[in-house]
Amino acid sequence: MLAVSFSFGIEQAVWVVASIICLLGAVGVVALRNPVHNALSLVATLFGVAVIFIAQGAYFLAAIQVMVYAGAIVVLFLFVIMLLGVDRTEEDIAEQNWWRRPLAGLVGAGLLGGVLIAVLLASNAKTVTGKPSTSGALDPSDDIGTIGRVLFTRYIWAFEITAVLLTVAVIGAVVLARKQTRGPIDLAEFPLDEPEAEEVAL
Amino acid sequence: MNQQPTLILGALIFAIGAVGLLVRRNPLVMFMCVELMLNAVNLTFVSFSRSLNDVGGQVVVFFVLVVAAAEVVVGLAIILSIMRRRPNATADDLTMLKG
Amino acid sequence: MQHALWLIPALPLVGFLLLVVGGRKLGDPRSGILATAMVAGSFLATVAVFVDLLGKPAEERALTQTLFTWLPSGNLKIGMGFLADPLSVTMCLFVTGVGALIHLYAIGYMKGDPKFSKFFLYLNLFVFSMLMLVLGDNLLLTFLGWEGVGACSYFLISFWHTDPANATAGKKAFVTNRIGDWGFMVGTFLTWTTVGSINYLDINAAATAGTIAGATAIAIGVLFFVAATGKSAQLPLFVWLPDAMAGPTPVSALIHAATMVTSGVYLLVRLNPVLLSAGWANDLIAWVGAITALVAATVAISQNDIKKVLAYSTVSQLGYLFLAIGTGNYVAAIFHMVTHAFFKALLFLGSGSVIHGMSHDQDMRHYGNLKKYMPITAGTFIIGWLSIAGVPPFSGFWSKDEILAGAYNFGSAGKVLWFIGLITALLTAFYMTRQVIMTFFGEEKWRNIGTDADLVPVTAHAHADSDGGTDSADAHDDHHVLTPDHTPHESPWTMTVPLIVLGGLALVGGVLNLPFVDKFELLKRWLEPTLAGEQELPHGATLFGLAVVAVVVGLVGIGFAGLVYNRKRIDPALIEREEFAKGWWIDSSYAWFMGGPGRVFFDGVAWFDGHVIDGAVNGAATLVRGAGLRLKRVQNGQVRSYAMGIAAGAVLLVGFFVTRMGF
Repeated sequence: MLAVSFSFGIEQAVWVVASIICLLGAVGVVALRNPVHNALSLVATLFGVAVIFIAQGAYFLAAIQVMVYAGAIVVLFLFVIMLLGVDRTEEDIAEQNWWRRPLAGLVGAGLLGGVLIAVLLASNAKTVTGKPSTSGALDPSDDIGTIGRVLFTRYIWAFEITAVLLTVAVIGAVVLARKQTRGPIDLAEFPLDEPEAEEVAL
Repeated sequence: MNQQPTLILGALIFAIGAVGLLVRRNPLVMFMCVELMLNAVNLTFVSFSRSLNDVGGQVVVFFVLVVAAAEVVVGLAIILSIMRRRPNATADDLTMLKG
Repeated sequence: MQHALWLIPALPLVGFLLLVVGGRKLGDPRSGILATAMVAGSFLATVAVFVDLLGKPAEERALTQTLFTWLPSGNLKIGMGFLADPLSVTMCLFVTGVGALIHLYAIGYMKGDPKFSKFFLYLNLFVFSMLMLVLGDNLLLTFLGWEGVGACSYFLISFWHTDPANATAGKKAFVTNRIGDWGFMVGTFLTWTTVGSINYLDINAAATAGTIAGATAIAIGVLFFVAATGKSAQLPLFVWLPDAMAGPTPVSALIHAATMVTSGVYLLVRLNPVLLSAGWANDLIAWVGAITALVAATVAISQNDIKKVLAYSTVSQLGYLFLAIGTGNYVAAIFHMVTHAFFKALLFLGSGSVIHGMSHDQDMRHYGNLKKYMPITAGTFIIGWLSIAGVPPFSGFWSKDEILAGAYNFGSAGKVLWFIGLITALLTAFYMTRQVIMTFFGEEKWRNIGTDADLVPVTAHAHADSDGGTDSADAHDDHHVLTPDHTPHESPWTMTVPLIVLGGLALVGGVLNLPFVDKFELLKRWLEPTLAGEQELPHGATLFGLAVVAVVVGLVGIGFAGLVYNRKRIDPALIEREEFAKGWWIDSSYAWFMGGPGRVFFDGVAWFDGHVIDGAVNGAATLVRGAGLRLKRVQNGQVRSYAMGIAAGAVLLVGFFVTRMGF
């Protein structure tokens, strides 16, 4: 019951292209061997999603998506990849439980199927609580303003907490990632499978 | 505008991300699959925000973005501190929480 | 005056506490004097209450005092309250009076004992418990006293506990009492569910109003009678009383003659409105009492230990009391209880005096002609003897005769019960005369120890201490063996004065309730407010005729015993049959049963407890641990497994929502 209008305008074309980029990127993240390639595929997916955001009229979000996700998060990923030098593959090691892959496929199919059924066959979309959300109507000409207004009035509490969350995350990252001044972990308690490699100097 | 295709796209990306999370063993790649799933969710939210004419969906995406950023920061710090000592460890090797 | 009611039990309690703290420092004899003073004080308080009650008209003779609410629990509010009505005041009077005399006696008897102050400590605790039992205004307080006297009885019976036989006797008493206590507790529960209160005033009011009727009344009556069987030593739970003679003689006198064993009688008389509605429970009580009286009297005939004769005699006389209760003759029961307290305490104290003078040898076959050496003891003992044998004008005649007369009038079975009581009276006269003759008259049999092969010196129930230090004839190490050259001596004044006082009471006690003339029936009129109904005694000529028959029977018994033991016309061995000596093998059959089939049952119960009940508990623990061990494997530390779990859960969740959505 795909109700795609057959007037194939520029909008639809853009959408199709963006979707293809998204899907190819997603498959690339999962299937490619080299972690750097995975990261770059992720970037592709993120860009595709940003384009679709624009098509949906969420301009502000599209901008943020590109800046934060593609610009900061993926860069961070790449930093860590380069830092650790894990650009080799792990697929050399065989999968020990043969049933994981089929089961994973099953689970993925199940998820997809469930959502597809919901999307395609639902006659009336109901919210979980039955009540409509009333955060305010969209205004495509001023989406930043709308978001801002709602954010700083109705969701101010959550906003402040996320600020705290970010602070905590930063502090946590600093603490976790600094060099240990104490000695190495007790090998007797946590035996290594491979010989310990030397520290990678920053 | 009909949202069904976007929702289906979102579902697809989510499923692919889920499969990737369960199949891959490199911790960093598993993390990236989590990001995929989050993006799929963001897509769904924006699409519903459009169809229900409610800005609340977009606000949620905003928050998801922030939280995902924070999560990535901490997660990568953890992975960093683990992988420093065992450079080629896969997710299967990290079983210290075994009960 | 009712504000002073609490003094009556409080004084002995104070005595007990003082002796616990400083008894050993006070020593011999000051701790004894303190204890006696406390009980005497209690007696004076009782007299004050008595006088106060006398001054009131008959319907108002009841004083209550509630000190505080002891157990407030929902609907159940039990207060620490005392009820002083004619019945309880009568009990208090002779408990404290006889108790004080016995305390005085014990100062002399226990002199030189290393645990002197402990003895008096227990005695005071006992008097306190007994007073709580009698004065309490509800069943729970009575039960408190009931258990207290049981515990003190245990302490005092096994006072010389270094001899295992004494300790065993104490345990036996306690355990047998406990069996009866089951009856008390279940009776209390039943009363509570029927009446909603365990206060005597409420219970008796409910019984008179007819709330407790039919099967409930019978059940309550039977249950409390079971309790009485244990405490007052009736068939089948009497087996502890003869063994209880292992305790010092003052204990036997106080506890096992005058006071504790009468608690069962008190309980039933207190609940007499319930008993009056209790149908065949009364028949049960009367018959058990009568048969116990008869059986115990037969056993007493063949006993050679001076105290055992008196022990079985007590069981027998208690049987009379229950016969009276069963026939509805409550006044006679209380009357006989009082006179029995006098003469039985007198007899026991007298026997203690004899034992004291004969180096603690208790075998009557070693006595004889003691009237020459111990005149006061002999004289008072004879008064007691005549009293229990039912010879007028001694007190025992009046009370026993009233019981028999009441039984005679009791329905169709009454004549049979009367006859059993009559035979028992005959036997009583017989064995008591036997005892008196063997002890105080005839030849001095201990002179033949060593030369007569039959006479072997018997070490009486051994005690770990020395005997009275005034016995100058004991020049050798072993004080407990009688020698042919032993000279008995009279006891010191602390022991003879109580004997004389009790002798006087036994002599004139009959005036409490003289029949034939209404004006002299003091006890009956005194007790009337507490009794809901009374058995009618036969009047006039019948009563006189019955009395004559009773006296004749008593004299026949005395004469017959004289023939056998004094004039030696008939061989005693014909009469002292083995069944009597062995107590009809009742006790030994209990022991065999408990040791044999009983043991098997007990082992079975223990096995059940250890394997089934413990097994269930341990099994539950094992089950949980096993389950935990197996479930532990889910936590394998693999992140991917956890992720798989989460994903599977998510699929299920999506499925759930899909099923709920509308199509």
